[in-house]
Amino acid sequence: MKQHFDILVIGAGPAGIAAAVRAAESGARVGLLDDNPAPGGQIWRKGAALPAAARDWIAKLDASPVVRLHGWHVFAHPASGVLMAESTAATDREAAELHYDKLVLATGARERFLPFPGWTLPNVMGAGGLDAMVRGGLPISGKRVVVAGTGPLLLAVAAHLAHRGAKVVAICEQAPVGRLAAFSLRLLDQPGKVMQGINYRWASRNARFHTGCWPIAANGQGSLESVTLQRNDQQWDVACDYLACGYHLVPNLELPVLLGCRIQNGFVATDKWQQTSIPGVLCAGEPTGIGGVELAILEGQIAGLAAADRISVASGLVQKRSRFQGFVRALANAVELDPQLRTLPSAETIVCRCEDVPFHVLGGYSSQRDAKLHTRCGMGPCQGRICGAATQFLFGWGADSVRPPVLTASFSSLAAASCAAGHASNDILNQNRKDTHTL
Amino acid sequence: MPDPSISLLVNGASVSVTPGTTVAAAILMSGPRARISVTGEPRAPLCGMGICFECRATINGFAHRRSCQVLCEPGMDVRTA
Ligand SMILES: Cc1cc2nc3c(=O)[nH]c(=O)nc-3n(C[C@H](O)[C@H](O)[C@H](O)COP(=O)(O)OP(=O)(O)OC[C@H]3O[C@@H](n4cnc5c(N)ncnc54)[C@H](O)[C@@H]3O)c2cc1C
Ligand code: FES
Repeated sequence: MKQHFDILVIGAGPAGIAAAVRAAESGARVGLLDDNPAPGGQIWRKGAALPAAARDWIAKLDASPVVRLHGWHVFAHPASGVLMAESTAATDREAAELHYDKLVLATGARERFLPFPGWTLPNVMGAGGLDAMVRGGLPISGKRVVVAGTGPLLLAVAAHLAHRGAKVVAICEQAPVGRLAAFSLRLLDQPGKVMQGINYRWASRNARFHTGCWPIAANGQGSLESVTLQRNDQQWDVACDYLACGYHLVPNLELPVLLGCRIQNGFVATDKWQQTSIPGVLCAGEPTGIGGVELAILEGQIAGLAAADRISVASGLVQKRSRFQGFVRALANAVELDPQLRTLPSAETIVCRCEDVPFHVLGGYSSQRDAKLHTRCGMGPCQGRICGAATQFLFGWGADSVRPPVLTASFSSLAAASCAAGHASNDILNQNRKDTHTL
Repeated sequence: MPDPSISLLVNGASVSVTPGTTVAAAILMSGPRARISVTGEPRAPLCGMGICFECRATINGFAHRRSCQVLCEPGMDVRTA
């Protein structure tokens, strides 16, 4: 398949949907691509009652002429103005060559995972991870769940799981109570968020809420049976069926980096119109800073309007967006990781789950790249998406440079990408032959 | 809860799920793991969102599909390691 779009939006979360809808108002031919089977991104996932804003934006999308490509992931950027995508459907590996004049990257964020003994056991998942599995049909009623990690996601997940009939036995937030109190005060000018927090806590009121507390081990034979929690110098075991543990979010930067966008302090640098350092490439939502759904929608709208050259309409929204800047900073401070979490892994704890690389072999390397070459850490199918954020925190390594493809793809798709690059070079193929084999 | 209305096979055993259920959820309903790691550990979904590749399984003969990104369809044949 080969298609051309005036404006192509990657990521159909709140930011991407808003960008595509506003861009299409101008009559431009707009494409919206996402690797999930349906629009909504992380927060507007099916399987839960959607809030009014979500229903509203999805209805606008349904009514728009936007060309939707659900179930495709972008894996390469073979030439300027071209992206390659591969189908994520069960039974085909079709490749698509997508040409664009303007590109909006709305690739969102993923959870940060920190390794600790037992974290590779089945039924130890991310907080958003278990939530997504439940929305995807995993029965949770009557199951005992410990929710742990850091960030506002924990309460949202606990509330949703409790609503679905789970017994949330404990919620463990690594941040100390003082920092959370300061964050709550900062929120007082955002009454909507305060109410949401109160509602979430009410919904999960039967669970113990511990601050300055985290799991130090997940225990069980073949599958999870209990977790060991630690707070100050106290340790205790809690029996459970699932541990939902995520340490806030990290932006999905692979695609922006692949396109050459400048990264500043760990996020994509944009100007007031969401324009990145690469002309014609805009970015909106979590990759520019973790700020939640309202900010993602605003940024998406600004990016969509700016990509369609409707700057005058966008300028009204730029003012609104500035109100969120304080929130983004306050949230980042509130969820800052306790340095003690660096001592979580034991020598044998696996850090890279794809290649089963244990913690003890990773000491002594100076960068992710160095460790990757010598230990295969970050070499597997996830391409360092899980262990990269962990090693950054554990060892202070910077992010590895991104080489195509940003996700493993089949040989036929890689060949198609090589053709699209318009040259005979098989660089991409050669670089990845090894990785694809490890799948 | 609506009646389960999709039947598929996970490692040869029939599993019934409601429409909209992911293959990863169907795998966990029928057993504790999705794959065996390179050192022989059992593994199951971690991220639920297509990032970690811990949920990969063979679906209708296609190997290494991320099962959390695929919805169940009637008669699907899913195999885990
Ligand atoms: C697992 C998880 C669960 C969350 N749950 C909640 C919650 O319950 N409540 C809450 O308030 N906030 C939640 N959040 C926070 C949430 O991310 C934001 O509030 C909001 O979704 C941000 O919108 P976005 O459009 O920027 O990104 P997202 O919603 O993350 O959307 C980005 C989309 O881009 C897609 N994508 C990325 N790269 C590619 C590629 N290469 N090819 C194709 N598609 C791609 C992703 O699959 C995703 O669908 C959650 C976050 C995560 C990671
Ligand atoms: S559970 Fe992580 S990719 Fe499916």
